[in-house]
Amino acid sequence: MAVLDIRGLSVGYSTPRGELRALRDVSMMVPEGKIVGIVGESGCGKSTLISAIIRLMAPNARVGAGEVRFQGRDLLAETEAQMRALRGTQISMVFQDPMQTHNPVLTVGRQMMDIQYRERLSRAEKRQRAERMLALVGIPDPEARLNQYPFEFSGGMRQRIAIAMALMAKPALLIADEPTTALDATLEVQIIKRLRELQDEIGCGVLFISHHLGVIAELCDEVVVMYAGEVVETGSVRDVFHAPAHPYTRALLECDPGHIKVKTRALPTIPGNIPDLVNLPGGCIFADRCERRHAACAARPTMALAGDGHRAACHLITERETA
Amino acid sequence: MNALLEIRDVVVRFRVRGAVFSSAGSIDAVSGVSLNVEEGKTYGIVGESGSGKTTLARAVAGLHHASEGSILYRGQELRGLAEGAFRPLRREIVMMFQDPIGSLSPRLSVKSLITEPFRIQGMRERDLDAEARRLLAMVGLPPEFAARYPYQISGGQARRVGVARALALSPKLLIADEPTAGLDVSIQGEMLNLLARLQDELGLAIMIITHNLNVVRHITDRVGIMYLGKLVEEGETEAVFAKPQHPYTLALLAANPEPDPDAQLMRVELQGEPPSILRRPKGCEFHTRCPFAQPRCATEVPRWQAAKGGAHRCHFPAGWDTAAAAS
Repeated sequence: MAVLDIRGLSVGYSTPRGELRALRDVSMMVPEGKIVGIVGESGCGKSTLISAIIRLMAPNARVGAGEVRFQGRDLLAETEAQMRALRGTQISMVFQDPMQTHNPVLTVGRQMMDIQYRERLSRAEKRQRAERMLALVGIPDPEARLNQYPFEFSGGMRQRIAIAMALMAKPALLIADEPTTALDATLEVQIIKRLRELQDEIGCGVLFISHHLGVIAELCDEVVVMYAGEVVETGSVRDVFHAPAHPYTRALLECDPGHIKVKTRALPTIPGNIPDLVNLPGGCIFADRCERRHAACAARPTMALAGDGHRAACHLITERETA
Repeated sequence: MNALLEIRDVVVRFRVRGAVFSSAGSIDAVSGVSLNVEEGKTYGIVGESGSGKTTLARAVAGLHHASEGSILYRGQELRGLAEGAFRPLRREIVMMFQDPIGSLSPRLSVKSLITEPFRIQGMRERDLDAEARRLLAMVGLPPEFAARYPYQISGGQARRVGVARALALSPKLLIADEPTAGLDVSIQGEMLNLLARLQDELGLAIMIITHNLNVVRHITDRVGIMYLGKLVEEGETEAVFAKPQHPYTLALLAANPEPDPDAQLMRVELQGEPPSILRRPKGCEFHTRCPFAQPRCATEVPRWQAAKGGAHRCHFPAGWDTAAAAS
């Protein structure tokens, strides 16, 4: 069963220029105990999608259509009180900037005990749990560290503490929004490894957002590729990275200098810009930047099966089958 | 060999005010760095946050005073140069800052921004409109952009404006601090291609500061790896990537996740966190995290020693063959 199942979600923002259609008919799911990566460039709707899942949307956002099913319940139909009960217990989040996620004037121990306010445990037990969690994310000498303030920890440690706090309630779903972008390469590897181990242990589903293709390839089981507010491809990391079915995914992979082994001074790029989400072009959203654009692209493609569990929104797939 | 820029044993020291119970002291953010940037070539400086890369760059651009050592630009000593004497050199040595939008004044139009260097350098107000058009065309932006303000352009476009402004006076040396940080991969390529093209056209030397090894691999001729304010390894880019000598270089290369789920990565696990520059470890500064550390590393500071095509600072240089290890 899927922990998270999003169906046909559309979200828009009202702007002075008209409605900005940030998400259009987005469907994706996070199966139980799997790590699903969302990859896409700025403006693809990653952040809007997360804010819609946890229902912390900007005041000018409006859900046009769709469902966000979490363990079978439609989150968009829940009351604010019900949502509040879910956040931090069933669904928790790790944010991008570890320097700003903690309260600077409280000790780490105090914060880790405070977030257990729902548990019927003694203070000593809560402290013990906090200590265990810190040890689990690899913070040496956790007992003494609980008495320290966030500024006494490095960025990498703070992000690990944030992960420890997010996993403390043993959530069914962890959402990690670019948790390693603010960190250096060697620390990034440490965090990813730790996240993987903890996820194995707790068995939660993880939705991992990143624009770093290498990190997604290394960490995730499945990947969702988004472009300009639409899902263009979904599948296992292996399928999507080895045999991308959508021209955008292919272009994105080709652009990653990590993919190019031979030294070059002319790196590949994707010509053009993302379309204006207020005045959307008709048809395929990627058409005017696509190398393989043809007549059929004037109509909006639907997700087509490119392989077992591998789907992409491109006319070429269905055309190949009928040809 | 004709070095445009020769950096010798440069130290940049900052005074730190002591907290209540500790004594005041100083830290060496850059601690004895030596390297050469050749005319028309690209030199990459790599390292994690706090390793001193930006401080070094700012010292070269005259924005920090180097406390020791020498910085020779075409044989002229830059260290200790008074601001007035430095100003003419800013036509030749320019710096492009990290935050593309933040480094552009929100109140000035793109035209004013990119022609500002002419005014600052007291150059005759030639036809600024024509200059603006020339510069915009050079970085691949349409002429209409002259009338826009920074909030009306995207991050990638703001970087192009930054390049246009940096290159307005046809400099000889461009210092680019994280020119692609925060850019999407498709736009990152455009930016790097633009720099490569301009380098060929203008014969520019570029000193690029980045933590992105994939960028370094493709666009630099030489690379220096910094850790806690010191270079731990330096050399020709290809040689360093093929056969890193210092274990820290090896760890950085290994920590570079590849966009391939089946990539067999050789992982070098670093222990712990980078130490604080206020409490430099004794001996080799990397020994606290080094997976190959020996007793000697904790006591004896390794010398800077030459190796094929470069130099490194390690008692037990790895000389790893990354190609052989990967296969």
